[in-house]
Parts: sequence; structure tokens; C-alpha cells
Amino acid sequence: MAVTEQQLQTLKDRARRIRIDILKMLTDCGSGHTGGSLSAADIATALYFYKMKYDPRKPGWKERDNFILSKGHAAPLLYTVLAQAGYFEHAELCTLRKIGSRLQGHPDSKCLPGVEISTGSLGQGLSVANGLALAHKLDKAPNRVYALLGDGELQEGQIWEAAMTAAHYKLDNLCALVDNNGLQIDGPVAKVMGVEPITDKWRAFGWEVLDVDGHDMEKIVTALDKAETIKGKPTMIVCRTVKGKGSKCFEGKVEFHGTTPTKEELATAMKELEEGVCK
Amino acid sequence: MRTTFVNCLIDRAKIDNRIFVITPDMGFSVLEKFKEQFPQRFLNVGIAEQNAIGVAAGLALSGKIVYVYSIIPFVTMRCFEQVRIDLAYMNTNVRLVGVGAGLAYGPAGATHHAIEDIAIMRALPNMTVCCPGDPVEVRALINQSFAHKGPIYFRLNKNGETCIHDDSARIEIGKAITVKEGKDIALITTSNMLEQGLHWVKEWSLQGKQAALISMPTVKPIDTDAILQLINRNIPIITLEEHNMIGGLGSAVAEVIADAGKAVVFKRIAIQDVYSHLVGSQQLLRSKLGLDRRPI
Repeated sequence: MAVTEQQLQTLKDRARRIRIDILKMLTDCGSGHTGGSLSAADIATALYFYKMKYDPRKPGWKERDNFILSKGHAAPLLYTVLAQAGYFEHAELCTLRKIGSRLQGHPDSKCLPGVEISTGSLGQGLSVANGLALAHKLDKAPNRVYALLGDGELQEGQIWEAAMTAAHYKLDNLCALVDNNGLQIDGPVAKVMGVEPITDKWRAFGWEVLDVDGHDMEKIVTALDKAETIKGKPTMIVCRTVKGKGSKCFEGKVEFHGTTPTKEELATAMKELEEGVCK
Repeated sequence: MRTTFVNCLIDRAKIDNRIFVITPDMGFSVLEKFKEQFPQRFLNVGIAEQNAIGVAAGLALSGKIVYVYSIIPFVTMRCFEQVRIDLAYMNTNVRLVGVGAGLAYGPAGATHHAIEDIAIMRALPNMTVCCPGDPVEVRALINQSFAHKGPIYFRLNKNGETCIHDDSARIEIGKAITVKEGKDIALITTSNMLEQGLHWVKEWSLQGKQAALISMPTVKPIDTDAILQLINRNIPIITLEEHNMIGGLGSAVAEVIADAGKAVVFKRIAIQDVYSHLVGSQQLLRSKLGLDRRPI
């Protein structure tokens, strides 16, 4: 069933509220990953507020879909989405990286409900996603598994071990998404260690590959719907994104990989986001 | 040992459908029987150990009990950080089963030897480290692993080992086993050195020395009480292991002695922080590395 105009508007508003929360928590905290949290905000919105099956009151619900944040440094995004979805109090977001908080710099599955696995060391999430997807298949369960990867993360060798494995076991209940924002800590991915052509690589590894604008909500949800219909192989959705998406203060700026906004930058960004300057 | 391991697993898998076996292509001549009986629960995930650990963790998070089997360096060192995060940090029910303890792969060369594995596995919080000394210990520890919560590393020798214990031996994860009582010396062995330990105790006996033989199949958590009892008796303690001097059984026992704050005569027999470049059998390499020299 096609997504309605009203649904899309609600999702876009949601994504904007998620970006606002991310920026507020990061500014307040003073450390954390801004760029890669903002670039994947539309993707995470589509997953948690359109596609995935879950119950925040029962984080361990057997019939839930699993979300694996393989690019664990986008923890501020995950926390915001989980809070807005109702896994914990919204007020807890301001405790990010503070003493005694459940909101670790990188997600800790032993601390916070809704965090499926602990991540932070790149390249490992897709393998665990494989294990979960295999278990669902063997149990003949309808659950789906989603894994969000970074594009710099594709430089990790283990990603390609996992890519091979998912195709070999025909894990059509697995959908991976890559947040292709083009930047990593030390500079442009293409300059550091090129990963293109991303789509050809995944296709060659036996995956169904969809290539979308990662800030076009309609395209993202349509791709997620399509992924569900693909049988006999896993699906990779390559999401072309802009690092720091949401405010001109951060967009495309490599320095915002691991630094946080100043109060002034936050104020500018809030104005842009609240006025809806950026879609 | 590996045959005992796989037989125990098959027996359990018949009544427990949570039991899974994963191998990164090292099942040849060992795992076939399991594969034939439980094809759905046997996965050869290819020569990709890092991914293998992740897949195992994913299955374990879904309620399975997963045994990952390979040669020791490949199932512990190649994928160490995956083991750290996916098994230890997340405390998942995955069991690493490594074959080729110490120098068991003798002529295959140092790439296939395992002399640092106890040290690195012992350093991981939540990880239990089991180094059985004979097939009887393997059977007991594997059978106890089915109900164990959290990850375990099993260090197996290879095949054809002599049974040292009889079936009446009390063997538990985390407990030392007194194989023989003695008042003059206490020899503590782990893993594949148990049989040599027994020989030494017999030789000492011929010299009129009564040596106690203690098998330590769990190096972590180490049986502190058993070691403290030896310290309190104030008899010389010797540790024997086919592992590097750093971080293995000897280190674990030394830590207990140091914490006890009491002086006791203590000697570690282990590999002297070197790799073996000599081509030879396990027995020859033991000899060249000085592991077969019994202290007088």
C-alpha cells in the first residue's frame, strides 16, 4: 500500500523533531557524533515510525523486528528515536554521556531497553544481524532484521564476510541500509579509502540493491516496502545522504563527525529546522 | 578430546534444539556426525572467523546455545575483538571450542600453535576459560556448559588422549581436581599437561617424594580456595602448562599467591616467551622448549 501524503508529512515532521533533539542533546553534552546522527535521521525515522514492528512497553517482545545500529557512533540518533518511540522518558535524553547515565557514548545493550546489541566498533553489526535473521528463518518466524551501516564502515573487511554470508543463506528477512554521507573522521571517504561503486559491490555479492536519496522520505519508505517483497536474497538500500543534514552549520562539514555544536550554532540550526528551511 | 566433545554435543542436541554448531570451515573429520544428524543446526560459515562470531552472537541473542569450533588461533585471536564485544561484553551464550592446545599442531608450525590463548581469553570479563586435561574432563565440562550462562572458551588438545580420571571423579567448572594427594610438593597442571604431570608424580614417588597432583581444568575463574589450601600447607607449588609463561595458569596461580601475602616456594613451568621455529612433533617441541624437564 502506497504511503499517503499525510503520512509523509507526519514522518517529515518527526524527522525534524528528531534532528532538534539530537542537536540539543549534543550541544548540552559537549561531546558526541553530530554529522552521522543527522545524516541518518530520515532513515531511522522511516524505520521506527513507518516500517518496524515493536512495542516499547515490551522491549523483548518476541515478534518485534530487530534494529542493529552498526555505525554505533550515531548513538544520539538511536537514543532520540527510542525516546520518541516511548522506550524511555524523553527527559533522559539530556543525560547523554553524563555520569551514571544509561546513554553511553556508544550503545550498550545491557543498559538501555530497545538497544538490541552493543556497538561502537565498526564493521560488526551486520554479522550479528545475520545471526538474528538466520534464527528467525530457522524458527519460521516472520520477524525482519534491519541494520544501519556507515559508508566509511564499508572499509571494514568483516562487512564483506557478512555480505557474503547473508546472500549465501538467502536472508530475505534482512535489510541493510548504508548511510552514504561521503565523509569519515579524517576526510572524504573517496579520498581516505574509496568504497564506490557501492551498489555494484553489493549486487556482485548477491544482494538486491536499491539506490535512494536518503533525505527523500517517500523514496526511503517506498524502498523499505519494496525490500519486504524481495525473496531469496537480502536487500541493501544505499541511501545517498548529506553529513550533518538539517542545518547549513553542519552540512558537508567533516569537522562535525565527532564534534558538537556551539550554543550559537544550535540557535541557528533550531531556527532553520523550526522554520522548515531544510526538508 | 574433540571426539568426546562432538559426542557430548550430539547427545545433548537430541533433546535440546537450542544447540547449534558453527565452524569457519574446520569441521573436516570431526563435525560430520553432528552435521548428518542436525543439518539445520550446523553451519559452515566459510573461512571468515570474525563474521562467524557475530553470527553466533545473533543466534545466541535469539535463545540458541552456539558452539563455534575451529583451530585455537583462528577461533580466539583472528576474531578477538568480536569475541570481546559480541560474547564477553554482551555476555552471550556462545562457546568457543578451540582444538590444538599449545603445541598440538606440532609440525604445522607456529601459525597453528596456541601459546597465548589462555592469557587473552582470561583477560575478558564474563569469559570462563576451560582447559580440560583428558577426555573425562572434556565430557564433564561440556555437559555442564549446556546450563551455563555467558560465554565459555574450551581449549582442547586434539585426539587420542589417555583418560587419566575414572568416571567417579568429581569435575566441576571452576573447581580444581585433586588427582593424587601428597605432602612434599604440589604440582598443578592444566590442559594437555595432565598426563605428563601424572608421570612426574610417579617419578617423584620413586625418589621417595610424595607429590600432590592437581588438575586445573578451569583457569578462569581459578579455584582460589584450592590454591590457598596449598599455600597454607606451605609446600612448594609448581605449575605446568603448554602455554606461554605470560598470562596462563602460572600467572593465575601467582596472582592468588601474591594476593595471599604469604611466602611459598613457587615455580612456573611454561614456554619461555618464544615461538617455536623448529619443525617437529608436539613431544619433540615440548622437549626443545623445556616443558618435559622435571624439577628435582
